[in-house]
Amino acid sequence: MTVGSLIEALGLRAFALPDGARELGGGYTGDLLSWVMGRAKEGCAWVTIMSNPNIVAVAHLCNAACVVLAEGVAPDEGVAESALGRGVNLLGSELAAFELSAKIQALL
Amino acid sequence: MTRFACDLHIHSCLSPCADDDMTPYTVAGIAKLNGLDMAALCDHNSCANVKVFLDACRHYGIIGVPGMELTTAEDIHAICLFPTLEQAKIWDETVERHRVLIRNRAEIYGRQVLIGADDEPCGEEEHLLVNATTLSLSEAAKLVRRLGGAFYPAHIDREANGILAILGALPEEPNFPTVERRDGAAYADRRVVKASDAHRPWEILEDGCPIELAADKDDAQGARDALIQLLEEG
Repeated sequence: MTVGSLIEALGLRAFALPDGARELGGGYTGDLLSWVMGRAKEGCAWVTIMSNPNIVAVAHLCNAACVVLAEGVAPDEGVAESALGRGVNLLGSELAAFELSAKIQALL
Repeated sequence: MTRFACDLHIHSCLSPCADDDMTPYTVAGIAKLNGLDMAALCDHNSCANVKVFLDACRHYGIIGVPGMELTTAEDIHAICLFPTLEQAKIWDETVERHRVLIRNRAEIYGRQVLIGADDEPCGEEEHLLVNATTLSLSEAAKLVRRLGGAFYPAHIDREANGILAILGALPEEPNFPTVERRDGAAYADRRVVKASDAHRPWEILEDGCPIELAADKDDAQGARDALIQLLEEG
């Protein structure tokens, strides 16, 4: 499944979509970036409520397929632009992290 | 330059996790006994006990600094220090508008005791003070600095509510020339302030963190101004 089809399947909002054709392989849910850095796998959909600019650096570092902000959280100022610049797909959903993760898991 | 022995992160009994013994006069008195020249009161998300604390510091002949330990929307603890009580009050009102109101359960979190001019309890804050506000780290940094205060991450060497555990690294923006550590060890090219984060009387620093300021010890306002300027300098 690609990031583009995930957006369609779950009606996600795209804050930055530099690579909609990126293939998804797995997922990770968490907000402590020090944990995410060591645990999120390459190509995953990373679900978080953290909107700070450092999420772009962490997603880039783990080479995540996309970041999905849960609970209707909007990225902080400048974060969408920075995601676009670093080739990080940054999406959003109104669903809580638990429900969102379950739905992504069901699609994979 | 004059060397000031400082502890810039001390809680009073207003913080639910602090001892009820931590009244402003007790904190200032122990700071004096410990040989400190300067102490900052940093309760969670409130400056309500700061005025009495400043009076207590004057009483004991040390320099009091108005402060707060803010919990940002990201759950990061940040120190906010101000040169004057007036600025701290304005900040307190701003934070008040960004609090998420959950009724405190004293039997779980502890009491949040407000102290009057006589150092006696005069009430309790009814909503929990430690939970995250809706102020993001960058918003809060901007607002505190615009008010003329200093803003820097607290206890970065602690997993719970420390900026490094939460953000993985110091962010590029906002820039933090100063960071606080409990062990006082060096961190990259940043100015490190060692502070106790004392919640109990015996936790207040005994030797203090030495800070060199271009001010005399009998000029409290000059020292506070110089401190804020130093903490914000790159």
